[in-house]
Amino acid sequence: MKRYSLFAIAREAARYHQGWEKAWASPEPKKKYDVVIVGAGGHGLATAFYLGKNFGITNVAIVEKGWLGGGNTGRNTTIIRSNYLQDPSAAIYEKARSLYETMSQDLNYNVMFSPRGVMMLAQTEAEIRGYKRTAQANAYQGVATEFIGPERVKELCPIIRIDGPRYPVLGALWQERGGTARHDAVAWGYARACSDMGMDIIQQCEVTGVTREGGKVTGVETTKGHIGCNKLASVVAGNSGHMANMAGFQLPMESVALQALVSEPIKPCMDVVVMANTVHGYMSQSDKGEMVIGGGTDAFNNYTQRGSFHHIEETVRALIETFPMVSRLKMLRQWGGIVDVTGDRSPIISKTPVGNMFINGGWGTGGFKSIPGSGWAMAELVAKGEPGPLAAEFGLDRFTQGRFIDESVAAGVAH
Amino acid sequence: MLTLECPCCGVRGEETEFHGGGEAHLKRFGPGSSDAEFETYLFTRENPKGVNFERWRHANGCGKWFHAARCTMTLEVFATYSAQTYEPPADVIAAIKAKRPEWEMPA
Repeated sequence: MKRYSLFAIAREAARYHQGWEKAWASPEPKKKYDVVIVGAGGHGLATAFYLGKNFGITNVAIVEKGWLGGGNTGRNTTIIRSNYLQDPSAAIYEKARSLYETMSQDLNYNVMFSPRGVMMLAQTEAEIRGYKRTAQANAYQGVATEFIGPERVKELCPIIRIDGPRYPVLGALWQERGGTARHDAVAWGYARACSDMGMDIIQQCEVTGVTREGGKVTGVETTKGHIGCNKLASVVAGNSGHMANMAGFQLPMESVALQALVSEPIKPCMDVVVMANTVHGYMSQSDKGEMVIGGGTDAFNNYTQRGSFHHIEETVRALIETFPMVSRLKMLRQWGGIVDVTGDRSPIISKTPVGNMFINGGWGTGGFKSIPGSGWAMAELVAKGEPGPLAAEFGLDRFTQGRFIDESVAAGVAH
Repeated sequence: MLTLECPCCGVRGEETEFHGGGEAHLKRFGPGSSDAEFETYLFTRENPKGVNFERWRHANGCGKWFHAARCTMTLEVFATYSAQTYEPPADVIAAIKAKRPEWEMPA
């Protein structure tokens, strides 16, 4: 793989850009691999990358039913933060956030990480107390956050109306080192690095069955034939339940559609990410100038990747009070992704009832920000067969033991 | 947009008129059950890609609970039926089979 650099751009400019090679190969599947990862989204590719980088396992295939990064990795609002209340969550999300800081250098691929700062607005007394508690917890966890007053909110984001009639802004939880990154670039960067290590990324290859022998996984049936493996990692977000059903077990999760939308592009007006959980709306401005807006989840199981229309109205209505300028914007595009939501709104990185099959899912509405940390923890689980410190608390057994990582209270809806 | 017909009052409405209540026909476990049974009752869900049985409440209507059989991939509603039953009635299963011949009732 040729390195991307200033010199490479100059070299290619001098020869009409004829020398750029494909970022990743598209091989046919081999008969057998050490590890097969189902799902070539951010989490799956990150798992593959850290398997190779941290554990030297490179006889790996990543199979994907659609196209690379075309699931939730390509359907989110690209927010990166780690201001969680519970220790296990803060640990893995902070690991992810710190890996994002050096990702462009690590992958030799510009993922456009922009630590522009994330603020979560407190618009009720209860939220003030909640966020002050989170800020205190974060201080113990070593995550840099602070609770700021309304004047500072207005200073950081002048387009916010802080004295709205129903929900005035009373303060905010501010994480200065949170931000956004280019979602496609994260998937593409990992894919390029994985392909360079000799791993096979097989797109347009849907898994239709999990073959087992004596309680252990032996491979997967796919639309491109049987692919054998010693270890199987399911990293398929919304389809986790479907994968589990194919392998003969069930999961404590349900799949729902989560929506997002963008406005027409406008001049730069907002250089932070703002989340308003009480009214349920969050917004940032992309590099193209579009206002990127996160919407709500449907209240019923859904695999359609669309989402219900009335949520768009509810989201925009909620934003107009806090951001009056939104009322004059035209909305450009809307899309939906299928997220797998667990009973305690925290992810599952775990062994399964099937031997040598591992699952990474249940990230719900907070998957993108966790990609590198999730891949790091999952790679350790797959390589060693036992979870490391980051993944230990996220096992499936926590639901039997009542040992929940209850973030539905801590993070509200905008997880 | 999902549209449902309430079997209690017969009114057909869009989803904003209803409130989803999750998976239907859960077997309840309480005191004396094993940890695994209790976990299954509280958290483990069928979450099928296809035919799903679920509970709904006609929140902005007659206020009554009912059951629905719906496809999670197309949002097609096969039938809605009474909440006073432990399992889908035969006519509901027949209505599903008419449209999804390959579908089998999960064990």
